[in-house]
Amino acid sequence: MLRIGSGAGFAGDRLEPAVLLAEQGKLDYLVLECLAERTIALAQRRKLENPALGYDALLEKRMELLLPILKKNRVRLVTNMGAANPVAAAEKIIEIARRQGLSIKVAAVTGDDVLEKLHPEQRTLESNEPLSSYGPLISANAYIGAAALLPALETGADIIVAGRVADPSLFLAPMMHHYGWSWEEKDKLAQGTVIGHLLECAGQITGGYFADPGKKEVAGLAELGFPFADIDHDGTAVISKIEGTGGVIHLGTVKEQLLYEVTNPYAYLTPDISADFSTVSLRELSPNRVKVSGGVGKEQPATLKVSVGYHAGFIGEGEISYGGCHALGRAQLAGEIIRERLAQRSFSEIRIDYIGCNSVHRTSFSHEGEPYEVRLRAAAKAASHEAAQQVGEEVEALYTNGPAGGGGARKYVHEVIGIVSVLMERGQVHTQVTIREC
Amino acid sequence: MKRKLYEIAHSRAGDKGNTLIVSVIPYQEEDYRLLCEKVTVEAVKQHLQGIVSGEIVRYELPNISALQFVCSQALLGGVTTSLGMDTHGKSLSYALLELEV
Repeated sequence: MLRIGSGAGFAGDRLEPAVLLAEQGKLDYLVLECLAERTIALAQRRKLENPALGYDALLEKRMELLLPILKKNRVRLVTNMGAANPVAAAEKIIEIARRQGLSIKVAAVTGDDVLEKLHPEQRTLESNEPLSSYGPLISANAYIGAAALLPALETGADIIVAGRVADPSLFLAPMMHHYGWSWEEKDKLAQGTVIGHLLECAGQITGGYFADPGKKEVAGLAELGFPFADIDHDGTAVISKIEGTGGVIHLGTVKEQLLYEVTNPYAYLTPDISADFSTVSLRELSPNRVKVSGGVGKEQPATLKVSVGYHAGFIGEGEISYGGCHALGRAQLAGEIIRERLAQRSFSEIRIDYIGCNSVHRTSFSHEGEPYEVRLRAAAKAASHEAAQQVGEEVEALYTNGPAGGGGARKYVHEVIGIVSVLMERGQVHTQVTIREC
Repeated sequence: MKRKLYEIAHSRAGDKGNTLIVSVIPYQEEDYRLLCEKVTVEAVKQHLQGIVSGEIVRYELPNISALQFVCSQALLGGVTTSLGMDTHGKSLSYALLELEV
């Protein structure tokens, strides 16, 4: 039996559950999935500013905690925390290991960075417009898969650190390596991909992002345990978590996660396989243990998806609160004033939300009475930081120029990195493994 | 008698670019057929008008008794460039559960 644990579902995830898994989980592998589409574009920029950076910002913290435990319990780590700079990440890990007096081997997987290989006339999947119409590009990273990780696993490295790897591939690669599955065993690859997809968001299968008090009860969310899977040679697996940790695993949590962000459950595409989720069977074996089987694989996609980050200007925001009698009416008057002021300055896209009424779903499905308090939010896009600042300034000016009783104005500006996708022939993407050890 | 989908099903929403992906999972597996009948593409399209402006595709998953709705042009441009509050559209699972069936 092979046991793989999932110690992070996104870059900002909690640190302790991974430590607990490594300490008590009797794992063979620990996987940390820490890279989103936007995260890698930001990492590319950090690398541009300093060639020694560009890896995940929490890498040092996670490694400081995990390295001694991984080493002691002989747990191998697979992660995409290399982000824009896996080799620098490997060097940082070695530096930490040296400081801790540990002897360790790290394999960095590179080659997902394909910015140089893009053609400006290539059309995006989102808009069918050429890349050249998106202005300056920041980054382009191909989703690489298990094929890129396998050579790194074969080096015997304790830690495999990569960049833009498809999330389920981080889990499938150790399964392929451990059981020697071939590329022809499509159902096993699909089933391994199902397991990877179930584990990749960590706490989202153990009761995180599930609770609804009175309806969907989950105990112990403050001490949520992260999942691990015991995977058989045919890919059948049991998802579980460490006894005594918070959260819950049952058919409800597993089904929600199985379908999470899946655009076609009959053909879930990764660099490794097109997996059919419609054939998957789920069975509750005992509390917090769900058996997953039956995933079926079709062909391997011919192309790899590439996420391209581009400069998309700035968003300026401003907020102010109104409370008590007629709060909504006063907030709406404030919204009209802001709209008129911003329209005069030729902001193309303006958004006014009344937080507490319609801001989250852009509408309201209930028709209950007026809220006691409403927070007005104005947002607009601008080409420059300076122009974006005007949004917040206009909201702040409501103090002395707007309706009665506004309070708590805040203003923000943030730079926008847009993401679009293109497809690239597999043959154009060449991955390498670089070893660092101490 | 009509009741909110919330009473009989749960849901999780996620995003891919400007596309909203949202599941509908009955608490009781025997309600799956009822949901297939009531939670149609047409019903969802009408319910989410003003939120989803593109095409909606429904996938039926009888093996796990669940439905999946894939709604394009639903997130004001998508996670990084949207001016909306919930740029991922993650909270929209509960918008769908407001549907009366």
